[in-house]
Amino acid sequence: MKLIDGYTEEMRESIKKVEKTRADRMKRSFAAMSMEERQDVLDKYHPDYKKERKRAVQIGPNKGEIAPHEVVDLLEAYPLITEKDIDLNKIDYDVDLLIIGGGGAGTVAALWANDNGIPAENILMVTKLRHGDANSMMAQGGIQAADTPEDSPARHYLDVIGGGHFANKPDLVEALVKDAPSILKWHEELGVQYDKDENGNYIERPGGGTSRFRLHSAKDYTGMEIMRVIRDEFRNRNIPVAEFSPAVELLKDDSGNVAGAVLFNMETEQYYVVRAKATVLATGGFGRLHIQGFPTTNHYGATADGLVMAYRAGAKLRDLDTVQYHPTGAAYPEQIVGLLITEKVRGMGAQPVNKDGELFVFPMEPRDVEAASFIRECANGKCVETPTGMHGIWLDSPMIEEIEGEGAIRRNLDAMYRMYKRFGIDMTKDPILVYPTLHYQNGGVEIDENALTTIPGLFAGGEVEGGVHGKNRLMGNSLLDYNVFGRRAGISAAQWASKNSKPGKLTLSHVSSFTAELEKAGIARERVSPMLLPDYRGENVIARMLDIL
Amino acid sequence: MAEESKMITVYIMGKAYKVPFGLTIMKAMEYAGYRFIRGSGCRAGFCGACATVYRNKGEYKLRTALACQTTVEDGMYLAQLPFVPSNRKEYDIEEMDPKKNVLSEYYPEINRCVSCNTCTKACPQELDVMDYIQASIRGDYKLVSSLSFDCIQCGLCVVRCPAEITHYHVAQLARRLYGKYLSPVPQHLIDRLKEIEEGKFDSEIEELKNMDRKTLESEYVARDIQKIPRGEVNGE
Repeated sequence: MKLIDGYTEEMRESIKKVEKTRADRMKRSFAAMSMEERQDVLDKYHPDYKKERKRAVQIGPNKGEIAPHEVVDLLEAYPLITEKDIDLNKIDYDVDLLIIGGGGAGTVAALWANDNGIPAENILMVTKLRHGDANSMMAQGGIQAADTPEDSPARHYLDVIGGGHFANKPDLVEALVKDAPSILKWHEELGVQYDKDENGNYIERPGGGTSRFRLHSAKDYTGMEIMRVIRDEFRNRNIPVAEFSPAVELLKDDSGNVAGAVLFNMETEQYYVVRAKATVLATGGFGRLHIQGFPTTNHYGATADGLVMAYRAGAKLRDLDTVQYHPTGAAYPEQIVGLLITEKVRGMGAQPVNKDGELFVFPMEPRDVEAASFIRECANGKCVETPTGMHGIWLDSPMIEEIEGEGAIRRNLDAMYRMYKRFGIDMTKDPILVYPTLHYQNGGVEIDENALTTIPGLFAGGEVEGGVHGKNRLMGNSLLDYNVFGRRAGISAAQWASKNSKPGKLTLSHVSSFTAELEKAGIARERVSPMLLPDYRGENVIARMLDIL
Repeated sequence: MAEESKMITVYIMGKAYKVPFGLTIMKAMEYAGYRFIRGSGCRAGFCGACATVYRNKGEYKLRTALACQTTVEDGMYLAQLPFVPSNRKEYDIEEMDPKKNVLSEYYPEINRCVSCNTCTKACPQELDVMDYIQASIRGDYKLVSSLSFDCIQCGLCVVRCPAEITHYHVAQLARRLYGKYLSPVPQHLIDRLKEIEEGKFDSEIEELKNMDRKTLESEYVARDIQKIPRGEVNGE
C-alpha cells in the first residue's frame, strides 16, 4: 500500500477537497443546534439511544434500572473470592484510611486526608497498576473553573446541568462549580504550571457546551502535569502505597459499615486483608469494557472494578445508562485507533469536515451531540474510509496554524503533534481523521456533596462516582471532578475516621448474600468479576492455552 | 482487512514470534500471547509504563521506545523496563528557597554531567534532556521547565546515563519550584475566590438549584454564548 506523507492516494484526493474549502470555511461557522435538533440527532444516531444494547439489572440496589450489557454483565457476575477463601482473622494492614485507586481522585483524597489530621502512616493507597496509571494522567485539554470577570460559577452551573440533560444532582454540581477556583489555587500552591499569557493571566479556551472560555490547560498535557505534581507531593509525604495490588472485594463490619478490603497481589497471587475505619473508592471508570465494541481512550485498568465491589456491598449506582463517546478519537492510522484527540483541537479552531471538505456541524456542541453528528455524517456516506475499513471525519488541524500563527500546534498541542509524527503524519500540514471513541463513565456510585456513598464508611471520588455530570459530561469537568470530589472524599473520610473507633468484626457476608441473590435469579455461573485487566492476547494463543502452572 | 496481513518476526526477550506487520510493539506482544501486568499503562504515550529497549537484528546499537507508540519492525529484539529504581529526594515544597540553586543542592550529581547526550538520544519524547540538565546546573528553573515539560517520566534517560543522574526527578523539582514561586497566581483568580468566600454567587446558584425543569431549560437555552473569535457567519 503506497502512502504519501502518511495517507493513501484515496485519502489524499479527499484532503485536496478539504484544502480547497479551507479559505472559505475560515470565515464561517455553523449554527449551533436547537434543543429539538440536538434531541433528534441523539435519538437517531447516538449509541446510547440504541435500546437493544442495554438491559435491566436483575438484582441489587438498582434492580430494574437500565445499563449497557457490558456493565450489567459485570454487575451480574459471580465474585472472584468467597468467604471461605479468606481468613479475616489475620489483618495485614490496619489503617485509619484505605484509598482504593492510585489515580487523580485517590491521590487528592490522600493529600487532603493527611492535611486533615490523618498521619501518613495511617493511610494506605492500593492500586491495580502503578501509582498514576490512570485516565487522570491522560487528560489533555484542560480543567474548567469560572474565574474570569465575564464568567461566574452560576453560569458554569447552568452549562454543566444543561450539558448533562438536567439529570445531574444539583448539590454535586454546586460543589463542582463553587470549588473549582479553589482547586486551581491549590494547584498553584503545589507548583502545577498552567498556560499563562504575557501578563500572567490564564489562557482560557472554549469547550463543547461551555458558554464562556474557562478551560485552563497545560499545553495538551494538562492531566499529566496535575497528576505528576500531586503524585510528587504524595511521595514527599511518605504515604504508603501498594501497587499491583487491587482490591477485589470490600469488607464490612458487623454494624454494616464498610471496613476495608481484600487485596490481591497480581504478581505473587497472594491476598491481603486491610482493615480501615474509612474507605475511599477512587477506581475510575469502565472504558476498557469496550461498550458496543467501541475502541477507547482509556488506560489499561479502566474495568469498572469499583462499581462491582460497591454494588455487592449494597451501594446505589446512578446514571449508568449513558456512556460518553468522545467525538474525536483517532480513526487512522491503525496503530492509534481510538486514542484521544483532545477537544482543544476544535477549541483552537480546527473544524470537523466530511470527505468532500464540507463543514456539517457546529464544532463545539456538547460531546454527545457532536459525536452523534459525526455518526450521522458517516451514515449518510460522507465519511472517509481507511484501508482497514474504519470510518472517519476530517479534523482540519492546519486551520489552527492559520488562525493562531505558525507554531501554534507545537506550542499548544505537542502531544498530538508528537503522536501523529510517530506514525508519519504532520498535523500542522494535513488534517487528521477522527471518529467517536469510548471515553467516560458519566454515571457511577451515588454520592452526596460530602462524597459519602449510600453505605456508611464508604466515600467515592472521581470517575467511579455518579451524579455530577448527569447524562453527559462536559469537557474539562473530569479533572475538576476528581479534584473537587477527591478532596471532599479525603476530608470526609478523615473526619469519619477521627470520630469512629476501629471497625468491629470483619465480614464478607455481603458477598455471600449477593451470590445467593445471583443464584436465586437464575443467573448462570459463566462470568466472574471484577475484571481487573482486559485480555488482548491473540486468539490463536488463547485457543491453545493450558492452565498447568 | 481483505488481504492476508504480512507477518514479521520479532524476538520478545530473545524468543522469536511471528506477528502481523503494522501493530505497535505492545499489541504485537499481546498478539504473541503476553498479558501485561507491568509494562502497560495508558497505552497512549502519556504514562511511561511501557519503556522499551530494543535492538534491530544486525545492528549493535541499543534503541529506546514506548511500546504503545512504536510500530513493530521485522527483526526487533525487545525487552521492557518493568521499574526504574531511581533516586528521588524528599523535600518540603513550602520550605524551599528558589533564589538558591536547589537542584544542585538536592541532586549534586547533575554536576557530573559529561555532556555525552546519551539521555537526549534515549528520550522517547525527543526532549533535549542534556540541555535541561545543563540548565539545571545553572539553576535556570524556567528553561528546565520548558525543556522538560513534555516528560512522561519513563526513566529511559536514567538507565542510560553514565553520570547516574536522575533527570526526570530533577526536572519535576524544577517545574514545581517554577510553578509555585516564579509564576504568580493570576489576580482574577484571587478576586474570584474572594467573591465566592463572600457568597456573591450563592443566591443565584440556589435559585438555579430550585428551578423547575422547564424554567431551567429555558434559562439554559437563553444563556448567551461567548463567540469563538472567528467564523462569525453562520453556515446556513
